[in-house]
Amino acid sequence: MTTLSERSAKFGAAEGDNGIIRCDACPVLCRIRPGRSGACARYANQDGLLIRTDPVVLLELAVEEGQKLVPFTEASEDWDGNLLNPARAFVTGIGAGTTYPDYKPAPFIVSQKHNGVDTVTVVTEGIFSYCGVKVKIDTDRHLGPETAAIRCGGEQVGHVTTAEYGSQMLSLGGVRHLTGGSKKEGNVTCDTLLKLCNGEAVELTIDNGHSVVVQAGKAPIVDGNPERRMRVGCGSATVGIFAKQWLGHVDEVIVVDDHITGVLTEHQAGRVLDMRPGGIRVKGRKSTPGRYFQVANPGMGWGGTDITDPLSIIQRIDPAVAWPGLRLLLTSTTGEDALWCVLDENLVPQPAAMPSDVRVVVDRIGENCEPSTCTVLFMAGAGGSLRAGVTENPVLLTRSVQDGTTKVTLGGAPAMLWPGGGITVMVDVLRLPKNAFGYVPTPALVAPIEFTLPRALYEASGGHTSEIVAVTDVIRAYGGDARVEFANPVNPWPLRADG
Amino acid sequence: MAFESGRVSWREPQVGVLPGGRLHLQHGPIDLVIKVEGDPALVSRSYAAASERFHTVLHELASELNLLRKPLSGDRPPDASSPIARRMIAACWPHRAVFITPMAAVAGAVADEISAIMLAATPDMRTLYVNNGGDIAVHVVDNEMLRIGIVPDLAEAMPEAAIRVCHGSGIRGIATSGWRGRSFSLGIADAVTVLAHSAAEADAAATIIANVVDVADPAVSRACAQSLDPDSDLGELLVTTHVGALPENQVLAALSAGSDQAQRLLDAALILAAALVVQGKWRIVQGRSGLLFPMA
Repeated sequence: MTTLSERSAKFGAAEGDNGIIRCDACPVLCRIRPGRSGACARYANQDGLLIRTDPVVLLELAVEEGQKLVPFTEASEDWDGNLLNPARAFVTGIGAGTTYPDYKPAPFIVSQKHNGVDTVTVVTEGIFSYCGVKVKIDTDRHLGPETAAIRCGGEQVGHVTTAEYGSQMLSLGGVRHLTGGSKKEGNVTCDTLLKLCNGEAVELTIDNGHSVVVQAGKAPIVDGNPERRMRVGCGSATVGIFAKQWLGHVDEVIVVDDHITGVLTEHQAGRVLDMRPGGIRVKGRKSTPGRYFQVANPGMGWGGTDITDPLSIIQRIDPAVAWPGLRLLLTSTTGEDALWCVLDENLVPQPAAMPSDVRVVVDRIGENCEPSTCTVLFMAGAGGSLRAGVTENPVLLTRSVQDGTTKVTLGGAPAMLWPGGGITVMVDVLRLPKNAFGYVPTPALVAPIEFTLPRALYEASGGHTSEIVAVTDVIRAYGGDARVEFANPVNPWPLRADG
Repeated sequence: MAFESGRVSWREPQVGVLPGGRLHLQHGPIDLVIKVEGDPALVSRSYAAASERFHTVLHELASELNLLRKPLSGDRPPDASSPIARRMIAACWPHRAVFITPMAAVAGAVADEISAIMLAATPDMRTLYVNNGGDIAVHVVDNEMLRIGIVPDLAEAMPEAAIRVCHGSGIRGIATSGWRGRSFSLGIADAVTVLAHSAAEADAAATIIANVVDVADPAVSRACAQSLDPDSDLGELLVTTHVGALPENQVLAALSAGSDQAQRLLDAALILAAALVVQGKWRIVQGRSGLLFPMA
């Protein structure tokens, strides 16, 4: 179910099989046919979903954390509304709608004084044909080979891209899947992006890999198993971090990791601690002493490898170096998997009960792991025709965004601007108000976008100055119907010059 | 107090203040803009009375919707319990020879009810209007006058004619109907504005007149009312969905049909005046001049 349909379900219910929705928003209980609006013209049936026709979102800045609505005193100037303090309100693009054709001024061009500076915020909902999400999944678990196709319901919606430290990375959406493939591929891609951007869970499968359920801010679920921990570091790093704590309690530690497996006594950390070499050689390609690449294949086993029997990692135990009674710890980089062994008289590792002093350190590996989380960044290019709704001279907008004079926010959330040409932005979807994203059947995603700049600069750069309205007027006209949300405290206030 | 309906709680009626000291009351499809001129204490007392009365208006109407959506006919008007429903039935009853349901007067009846409550609370205000989406209840005292603009096209909302409402005119209600308005119309009028003794009567009459401002022409698109709104009180009747450019003779024919109807209602003392607009052409029907006049 898409977010729109969830929103729809909140206000209405499908009736019969001809697309009619009964609107529960008020006691009239209109039954609305597809493409029509209810008696109030505020709710409409769009493709079987009940939508609010004008829910612009106003963000309200709480003065301090925990402080509720700031009442506007009656003495204040000519204010006669009772909703929002205009000095603390920010009009977002969510629900603002779009203007078409592009050269028409954006739906809201709002003037507001902030810290003594007259600012203008151009508020619109952009229709982004070039857009997608970058997903970071904090797990070592091998999800699929790099560049492998990622599918949703059989359609390709993206690919596995370059892994990062402790995380698997997915790149989803983009024009090639939205509009470059079949109609179905485009629609599935659009739906996948919309759900991810609005914070819903999506199940993806990776060719020659695994299935993963991704939801922004939540742990990934790999082949049905929720992931708990992000590795503390690679195997070599784990050795480096905990070597001193193991000293005296173990004779050898092997930290199994798909990237770099660490072997304590051979590793620089063990040498510096004057540890006696253990003589246990693991499989794989030696990088530097005590650090081994490719000890196994990537997989769902220990440390992102396909190993389920950790002793299978051992290639050889040197009888000239190792000794009977050698105490060997094998662990993963999250501490979730660990095995304690002692070498018998034939130098064969025999599993045994792990001493509590060692268990403490293994547990500490786990304690030092961050929770495994999926993060979803929406990425899109706003360098196209939507700029014409801001100014008659679009390149001036591009330049002032690039030099930092014009701030770009999405639903009030700060956007990371990619340097270079155009206006290519990235934003953490969890920083936007709920259900900030929509779609058009092109298919393309609709996302709120706001450009905030000094009024003088706006006027000088060919802005639609005759369309500027005071924030007080926006609140008067839309306040009663707007969704008012507190600004996300993790975001800088969009109007702050230094934000 | 929130009204519970299964999973959702309905939004309460919204009360707000608009620039110019106007009161804004909104609940579901009802959207009232109210203005009272008078002593500030009177104004706030009358606004308080309006807001209080407004609280249950939508629920009263919703509870009798089935009755109010049935066409009127026969010898006896149906019984309704809400005073607004009774206003609707009373305003529509004289027109029952043609197809009409009490819903034809819903907007005007709500305006009348709120206006009556305010007048009862503060009888000595100078002027008052309650504008329910273009259907307006008005009240002026002896030496006051209210000027109201008329729009020829509901899509454009630029007044091109004006109404002077003074106490002696008898005008207590103004309503406009047209194919582009909020309710369905059987005709092709861009606007039919009616002045009457109440907003509900004006509302019903504007609907009746606009329905016959009509011609058969390929430029007119129509659809069965229930194919657009399954609950429409107009049932299977064909309602206008689009009117393209019409030849002048067709425009004049439509206006003539409408003004004949308006004249009949004027003769029966059901209206005080009517202004009809189709594609920029005007027709004014009034018993005595001076109520309606085009703006230069």
